[in-house]
Amino acid sequence: MSLRIVVCVKYVPDATGDRHFAEDLTTDRDAVDGLLSELDEYAVEQALQIAENADDAEVTVLTVGPEDASDALRKALSMGADKGVHVEDDDLHGTDAIGTSLVIAKAIEKTGYDLVICGMASTDGTMGVLPALLAERLGVPQVTLLSEVSVEDGKITGRRDGDSATEQLEAALPAVASVTDQSGEARYPSFKGIMAAKKKPVESLDLDDLDIEAEEVGLDGAWTKVEDATARPARTAGTVVKDEGEGGKQLAEFLAGQKFI
Amino acid sequence: MAEVLVYVDHVDGAVRKPTLELLTLARRIGEPVAVHLGAGADTAAATLAEYGAVKVLAADAPEFADYLVVPKVDALQAACDAASADGSPAAVLLPSSAEGKEIAARLALRLGSGIITDAVDLEAGDEGPVATQSVFAAAFTTKSRVSKGTPVITVKPNSAAPEAAPAAGTVEQLPVSFGELATGTKVVSRKERESTGRPELTEAAIVVSGGRGVGGAENFNVVEALADSLGAAVGASRAAVDAGWYPHSSQVGQTGKTVSPQLYVAAGISGAIQHRAGMQTSKTIVAVNKDAEAPIFDLVDYGVVGDLFEVVPQLTEEVTARKG
Ligand SMILES: Cc1cc2nc3c(=O)[nH]c(=O)nc-3n(C[C@H](O)[C@H](O)[C@H](O)COP(=O)(O)OP(=O)(O)OC[C@H]3O[C@@H](n4cnc5c(N)ncnc54)[C@H](O)[C@@H]3O)c2cc1C
Ligand SMILES: Nc1ncnc2c1ncn2[C@@H]1O[C@H](COP(=O)(O)O)[C@@H](O)[C@H]1O
Repeated sequence: MSLRIVVCVKYVPDATGDRHFAEDLTTDRDAVDGLLSELDEYAVEQALQIAENADDAEVTVLTVGPEDASDALRKALSMGADKGVHVEDDDLHGTDAIGTSLVIAKAIEKTGYDLVICGMASTDGTMGVLPALLAERLGVPQVTLLSEVSVEDGKITGRRDGDSATEQLEAALPAVASVTDQSGEARYPSFKGIMAAKKKPVESLDLDDLDIEAEEVGLDGAWTKVEDATARPARTAGTVVKDEGEGGKQLAEFLAGQKFI
Repeated sequence: MAEVLVYVDHVDGAVRKPTLELLTLARRIGEPVAVHLGAGADTAAATLAEYGAVKVLAADAPEFADYLVVPKVDALQAACDAASADGSPAAVLLPSSAEGKEIAARLALRLGSGIITDAVDLEAGDEGPVATQSVFAAAFTTKSRVSKGTPVITVKPNSAAPEAAPAAGTVEQLPVSFGELATGTKVVSRKERESTGRPELTEAAIVVSGGRGVGGAENFNVVEALADSLGAAVGASRAAVDAGWYPHSSQVGQTGKTVSPQLYVAAGISGAIQHRAGMQTSKTIVAVNKDAEAPIFDLVDYGVVGDLFEVVPQLTEEVTARKG
């Protein structure tokens, strides 16, 4: 039987760009170019490796996001994933993590899965909660923040470098996993991969297809509310000196003035 | 006053500092009730009481250590149920650790509540607690609140100075029955991280970090010597970690730890956006870098353009002499 892997990938504003909020205090997705979240490339990579080691496996990449989010899917498909699912609906604008987890969980169930793999966190929201939310919604084990992962005999095992300890984890499939940026560099799409990706199927789904009401998602359906967003004042320019042999002493003088020594 | 549940982060009853910060913040919005899972509640109770816990709900079971995250969610849910006998809790606060956030997420979903992660401050508001967050690599500061259910909020370390405020801290046993999912993910083995003898990175008042400019694992002693003279924690950039010069647990930045110390010292670090995301909210920032154009200098209160192998040892010597 084929191992069905679904990888959740997010389309995010480039972190090296000048990210802003829109007037409704949602992330401004027009101001900065978007891309496949770098941290989700690690998830795609691990999915492809797991698939390569399985007798028979299929990797589906799934994104919830605006029209442009198809770029993220294309990138993942060009890395080697087999097919894509794009959930897109105008009513999704402003959805919070809880709402996003509802949409993704329904889309995953519709697609069918043995293993879901996520990145460790999105590079824009950086919450790192979606994998846990998905596991809770799907009612399957969560095997998260893995820096090493393998799948064998219907079981997933992996190493989690936690806050205060390194743990070896194990769970039966189906399960939800997430992998960190320590799990191994993601491959670059080859020219052949990029060409092949153009012909790979991408299924489009909207809220109706998933039996989700508009009120359950979007800005109005969010269970948290951003009330204010202010640009952090730029740090006032400090003193920069060139070391002429006394740099360490000058620095010590500054630190003493600030009462650090 | 409504209860505010505070999840206790501890090692066998030794309470970690972020929990004391949570108790301090919890008092702004209600009456702190600590939830202590695992061994050592009686030891912890004295400290928790000192920082304002009116009650300590305690549960111990092998499941907490043997299985990932879910048993703790079951316990916190039981604590919420217990608290809601006298009206629902005003909020549930957890530390913003990897595990803290995952527990918070699942709990929020079960309670039908909104969740806020990585708060750096918390105040009482007319419509419930208002959380301050630092987003987009600390380029923006936002204020948010949970608009549905019991607010579940995770708070970053170093967000408040712990203030003692003695309270009863009576220990009560919390009965927990584990659900089917609790034993889903087995922790087959666990290796606690060895203590470096230095302060915890996220809790330290001073952090000294080294980057690619340090040039090799064997050179990190230059960074460590400065850290030790200042009583600081040691951090590293991802470039230094990826090169294998320093452990990943010391990485500062987007995919490492976020630190917000009184003083951050960056040596041989360029200041990429992903690194800044983890240190930009530090009170005072100083840097040593031989490239005058390095972006880190845009952030500094004091910077020295120079070779770190000249400047840092000289600084260490000065610090040691002055502390004499
Ligand atoms: C998704 C993602 C997540 C990331 N997460 C993180 C993260 O969590 N943390 C992180 O740090 N990075 C992270 N990065 C990487 C980040 O983009 C940078 O590559 C990294 O921070 C660079 O580290 P560095 O400053 O040590 O190295 P470099 O950028 O190479 O800078 C080294 C600096 O040292 C100086 N130098 C060299 N020799 C000396 C000397 N003898 N004396 C003084 N100065 C000297 C140089 O002038 C230079 O400025 C992430 C990247 C991505 C894409
Ligand atoms: N809109 C989305 N579409 C698909 N996957 C997502 C989306 N948002 C988050 N994810 C996945 O969940 C992980 C954690 O995201 P977060 O909890 O938002 O930090 C990401 O690395 C992705 O794998």
